[in-house]
Amino acid sequence: MSILNGKKVIIIGDRDGIPGPAIALCAESAGAEVIFSATECFV
Amino acid sequence: MNSVMKGAGYILVHTPDMIMHNGTTQTTERIVNPDSDYLKQIKSHLRPYDRVCAYYPNQTYIGNITPFELAKVEGPWQDLEAPTDDRYGLFGEIMPQDEFYLLIQAADEFELVYLDKDFVAGTLPKLAEDPIITEYILKRIREGVDQERLKKMVEEEGAEGLYKDDHLVGAVRRAHDIDPNLSAHVMIENLVSKASSVLALLYAVKNAGISPEDVEYTIDCSEEACGDMNQRGGGNFGKATAEIAGLTHSTGSDVRGFCAAPAHAVMVAASLVKAGTFKTVAVTAGGSTAKLGMNGKDHVKKGLPILEDCLGGFAVIISENDGKNPEINVENVGWHAVGTGSSPQNVIASLVTQPLAKAGLKVTDIDYYSPEMQNPDITKPAGAGNVPEANMKMIGALAVKEGDLERRDLAAFVEKHGLPGFAPTQGHIPSGVPLMGHARESMLKGEVNRVMIVGKGSLFLGRITNLFDGVSFIMEPNKGESAASSVSSDEIRKLIAESLRDFASGLLESR
Repeated sequence: MSILNGKKVIIIGDRDGIPGPAIALCAESAGAEVIFSATECFV
Repeated sequence: MNSVMKGAGYILVHTPDMIMHNGTTQTTERIVNPDSDYLKQIKSHLRPYDRVCAYYPNQTYIGNITPFELAKVEGPWQDLEAPTDDRYGLFGEIMPQDEFYLLIQAADEFELVYLDKDFVAGTLPKLAEDPIITEYILKRIREGVDQERLKKMVEEEGAEGLYKDDHLVGAVRRAHDIDPNLSAHVMIENLVSKASSVLALLYAVKNAGISPEDVEYTIDCSEEACGDMNQRGGGNFGKATAEIAGLTHSTGSDVRGFCAAPAHAVMVAASLVKAGTFKTVAVTAGGSTAKLGMNGKDHVKKGLPILEDCLGGFAVIISENDGKNPEINVENVGWHAVGTGSSPQNVIASLVTQPLAKAGLKVTDIDYYSPEMQNPDITKPAGAGNVPEANMKMIGALAVKEGDLERRDLAAFVEKHGLPGFAPTQGHIPSGVPLMGHARESMLKGEVNRVMIVGKGSLFLGRITNLFDGVSFIMEPNKGESAASSVSSDEIRKLIAESLRDFASGLLESR
């Protein structure tokens, strides 16, 4: 069973890495509830 | 026929006092936590001008060291001494703060910038020695006012101070009593952007070997906005900058798109020239005071100097094909569309593999990629990693997925086709375009065949869309066709008419 199943997740994505919406799709497909997702620019 | 890149200007301005007074990390800290240890420690972490000049990435940015040479020097570079510490480089210069304050006044059309009279008297002769500074600019610098007047402006009239070693030497006044869009804070940001853009533009015109009157259109691609309460982003830094740089035949406009704007602007400029709308277009951008010392807290915490101590500026000249200079391939550009999505593979596919496929090229056919050229000395200690390398790994990974590359060759691909970041973290400045000057030099020498410039922009920072953005284009050596040497349709008609006349007269003679 997925470790994210049934969990609430907060996502901070990276513009030059993995953006928030992409992580959110993965997390949701693993059964997580995304309660916050954002992409930030660290440069 | 593609348009060509005729020359470039790259400049830095060392602004140690502006870190404290204008960088948002520090101005925010002064409001939120005015007694913080960080604010007390900043002064002992500032680099003197000679150290800034002897810094490898800075010498690479202004053109005295190539990125190919820099790649052979293992970083971090902040403790190393570059083989040259020249103020002036192949593409531009590293201007000291005091001279730049005079340039800010020269960029001011509304008597908003006031300088101390002793400061002006002591600094003007230094600025006059700079060979790129024109008589027109020098004449715009006023005699100056006394200290009491400056103090009153800053302490009672809401002006922003200009400091040298903590001493007040100038003030930038607000341009309206209540309009926040014309506040002293906004005016200093905009005038700094304009002044540093002027400096880069002067170098680009000189390096392109053209006359200032040859430029017909100037596109500014910085990240500032100018206007008043009725048109907050009214704009045209482009034309305003062209005026001070003496480009009397130019009009202009602004292209915005966060860090991706320079790549957008070059693409637009190259298309305008290819379409025949203008013969010569300048693309230019000045620096951002807000980003000075942006990662300063992490640098100080790790015992490093504050490395974000310079404003950056760049400009390139795009003109009709001269049969010599590198071409901007505008037929095979890449763009991240609204519907592209945000997964890394979709982003890289839209910016890299799709335009390459359209051009009939593989990922490995590009000699060097210039995705985001942030200096890793600055970003790694701040936890943002090595940005150009991260982008290259993503490009390489997609090449493996597409079957252009064996998985075992990924690390070698990143090393062979990537370059170290050498640009200051000034937002739009590192975004792809820092390589254009070096790429042009290498292509003219026949050492490099193709480079891809990739600009990426964080549109979501403006909170008006959650989208990311990016565009890319390929720079390649000239194919040897110049606009002057090509045959026009009128000439073809003339040639056919002459041939038909010869044929007809031949028929008559044979009778």
